[in-house]
Amino acid sequence: MTAHYVELARALSPEASLVLGALLLVGTDAALGKRWPAKVRLDVATGIAAAAIVIAGVFSWRVGAVGRAFGGVFNLDTLAVAGRLGVFGLALLVLGVTAGARPLRNAVDYVAIVLFAVCGFSLMTAANHLLLAFLALELASLSLYILVGFDKNRPESAEAALKYFLYGGMAAAFLLFGFSLLYGLTGSLELSRVSAALVFMGLNPLLGVALAMILVAFGFKTAAAPFHLWAPDAYQGAPLPAAALVASASKLAGLILFTRLFWSGLRFVAGNASIPDVVPGWISIVAALSFASLLIGNLAALAQTDVRRLLAYSAVAHAGGLLLGVITAGQAGGGPVFYYAVTYGIATAGAFGVLGLVDVGGGGLRIVDLAGLNRRSPLLAGCLGVFVLSLAGIPPLAGFFGKFAVYAAALSFQGVVSVTGGLAFLAIGFSAVALYYYLVVLKQVFVTSPAEGSGRIRVPVIAGLTLSVAAGLLLVLGILPSLVLRWLE
Amino acid sequence: MNLLPWTIYLSFAGALVVWVAGARSAQAARVLALVVALSGWGAALLAAGQFTPGAGMQPLVNCPWVPEWGLRYQLGADGISLTLIVLTGLAATAGVLFSWNIEERTNEFFALYFALIGGVYGVFLSMDAMLLFVFYEIAIVPKYFLIARWGSTRREYGAMKLALYSFAGSALVLAGLLWAYAQVGSFSLADLARATFDGGQQRGLFALMFFGFAVLAGLFPFHTWAPTGHVAAPTGASMLLAGVVMKLGAYGCLRVALPLFPLGFAYWQPVIAWLAIAGIIYAGLAALVQTDFKFVIGYSSVSHMGFVMLGLAAANARAVSGAVLQMFSHGIVAGLLFAVVGRMVYDRTHTRDLRDLGAMLLQRRMPLVAFIFVIAGLASMGMPGFSGFPAELAILIGAWRTSPIWAFGAALGIVIAAAFTLMAIQRAFFAGNSGIDVAADGPEVDRLTWPEMAGAGLLVVATVVVGLKPDLLQAWIEPSLQSPELQALWKAGAR
Repeated sequence: MTAHYVELARALSPEASLVLGALLLVGTDAALGKRWPAKVRLDVATGIAAAAIVIAGVFSWRVGAVGRAFGGVFNLDTLAVAGRLGVFGLALLVLGVTAGARPLRNAVDYVAIVLFAVCGFSLMTAANHLLLAFLALELASLSLYILVGFDKNRPESAEAALKYFLYGGMAAAFLLFGFSLLYGLTGSLELSRVSAALVFMGLNPLLGVALAMILVAFGFKTAAAPFHLWAPDAYQGAPLPAAALVASASKLAGLILFTRLFWSGLRFVAGNASIPDVVPGWISIVAALSFASLLIGNLAALAQTDVRRLLAYSAVAHAGGLLLGVITAGQAGGGPVFYYAVTYGIATAGAFGVLGLVDVGGGGLRIVDLAGLNRRSPLLAGCLGVFVLSLAGIPPLAGFFGKFAVYAAALSFQGVVSVTGGLAFLAIGFSAVALYYYLVVLKQVFVTSPAEGSGRIRVPVIAGLTLSVAAGLLLVLGILPSLVLRWLE
Repeated sequence: MNLLPWTIYLSFAGALVVWVAGARSAQAARVLALVVALSGWGAALLAAGQFTPGAGMQPLVNCPWVPEWGLRYQLGADGISLTLIVLTGLAATAGVLFSWNIEERTNEFFALYFALIGGVYGVFLSMDAMLLFVFYEIAIVPKYFLIARWGSTRREYGAMKLALYSFAGSALVLAGLLWAYAQVGSFSLADLARATFDGGQQRGLFALMFFGFAVLAGLFPFHTWAPTGHVAAPTGASMLLAGVVMKLGAYGCLRVALPLFPLGFAYWQPVIAWLAIAGIIYAGLAALVQTDFKFVIGYSSVSHMGFVMLGLAAANARAVSGAVLQMFSHGIVAGLLFAVVGRMVYDRTHTRDLRDLGAMLLQRRMPLVAFIFVIAGLASMGMPGFSGFPAELAILIGAWRTSPIWAFGAALGIVIAAAFTLMAIQRAFFAGNSGIDVAADGPEVDRLTWPEMAGAGLLVVATVVVGLKPDLLQAWIEPSLQSPELQALWKAGAR
């Protein structure tokens, strides 16, 4: 048994680093922070948090893809390693832009909670066990509810947190119920044993209920329609860095968790979406969610006037594509969905980061408030241009290749003439619609003149550097996707 | 070392250099832009000098790009690519000269301009269909900003319409490419050509890719972005749009859709031909009734691109060689027409309404401009001695070989082109009462500046040289049409 615990300590060293980092920064602040100005306290806390995340990243790299650990509770495959590193990278991006966003009361606690959330994400990417999956998800979710409601000066923040919490709590209840049914049916919590038990069982009604409940939680976590209604309000009300975390790292971790759950645990009830009456299974439902998300996300985004709500509906639309990636992961592996989610995460977190700085600069966050941003701050405008064009899927930015990978996988999943193939064509068609609402944003940024009285926006060094690195990363990953793909294969 | 790939690198690097180094002074940005354009053109011409015409693609670069997905960074050139590369260099240089008066954020204008040019060079050199698509997309976004920021009449509408049409077309292309990729596992044009698709797949794949690319070529009825976009664009961007960007669409049709799916082409051939003829005639008639000088030229572009599409639809070596020559010719002539209308006339008179222009007696105030426009008009009508003549003649002969009635339809278009061009010349320059004393009446107009003279000179010389000696280009184009990839097309095209 001792050997197991050594193994466990090794497998969990990244999470340990994150938790110790959080404790250290709270302790440091409690011991010394009283004498420092707020700015210094936040900078010290951010520094410690960033160091903890970097160390966690080094640990997870050094542990490497060792496969199942601790009796199959974790599965540290390449997807898990990639997912952990992706989540850490996105968290660093969010921390970097926090430095430039509107200051919060008790910002040090905020940073500590970000670390706990990241710890949850990190566990989510490696969880191979229903109970651990649920705990990791809850650790992440509870941290995120707090972060979304952290801005106590704005009632919208509280409203957003409440909405997010009620939806999330409901989804968690569904998930737990689904897991308990699954446990009752298979007698196991570990995914490979669940899977083995399902080989001969087939899809019975009770399993159908369990699947439906799990899919509700999945829909919530990925902001897929029709479970997306929390997203616009949460994105709009939350402090912008918190929204960035919800939209990026949380989504990446959730997608990896559910991809693993579906394909490692529920592989034998996947079904075939093209002939759902003959081979029923969860793929049909995920395909339906994907269809609804593409439709609702893209069309609703056309009507938005607030940038944050626009990004929320764009997130719904992207969820449609990401769900296709989850479906095709059974054949193409997790590479396409990971690449899509990580590039989407960088772009959307970066966009929220830019909005955070614009928000500090004053003047609201409607689309028209971005007018003349390239005069007010060329750096922010350039970065936002890269992020938005990447979201729109314009090559050579990385967003294009994320979509490319997923759609190509979808077309070869069950042939071109199939439900997944049709969804890929639909998604490609909608990308032309999507270009419209992204260009509406960029038109304000680059074409329209700034409003009277809006001055230049001062960009703090750390935030500016972080955003530039993120934009540069999207360009580099777009021109050379192999840098990431090489070790995902 | 072959210089052709450097056209791409020089343009993208140039975009960056102009943007950074030209930030302080507009004049520095202009001069740098001219240097960048000339160096790209120079590289193209030097490479053309070393080029030995032969059948098939001559590989330039071939290395793995994304091995995990089977993408290769594969560049190559044949006579067709080379013709269009030289055209791009020429149009880019002339476009810089006619953008000399851009004062507002000059460096950003030229940075976007060269990002667009780099994409165009890339498309003409790509031997991998996904690489081609990536360059094709790179060319779309700068267009939007060039028009929306520096344009005139309804610029935001024109820019958005153009971007959405282009992007919708490229979405069709992407769908087709991914479909083919799902079967073959590679995007290399050579691999795709070796793959066997059955008849039904070919019909679908051909339709997606051909019509997707044809949107940008201005094929009727997907052409409506072209007149509004051209009119809204600043002069330099109009010249590029009509001069090279519309060629991207036609080139995509010729390089990707036609040779890869000959059976699909045989199915769609009559549809394409009749759409092309409808476009030639419809756009010509529309040009006849425009009152905005620039719209006349905008519709004439659509009409002339109809000839290119007809040449492709006729699918024999004569017609396709004419189509490529027409791409070159139209690139120069449309550039010249837009330069006259947008830069020389509009920037001085601040109107493009033919009725107002007629009253200004422009042939007396600006005799040189009138002369240049007459030359450009003659070239545009397809008069012997100018580049349009051998091109349109070859297309008509080729179309006749495939189906005589197509040649009749297109010939009608030539008559209409003569009508609207002559009417535009007459109404814009020669309509007023010539008895009025010009010196006493009406505002003085500025003389032509040296960049305008130089740009116009380049384009006029090019159209005359190619008109008198089309062999210069045909010596490159025609051997390329004997390549093995195109043999299936000739068979499918013979009706």
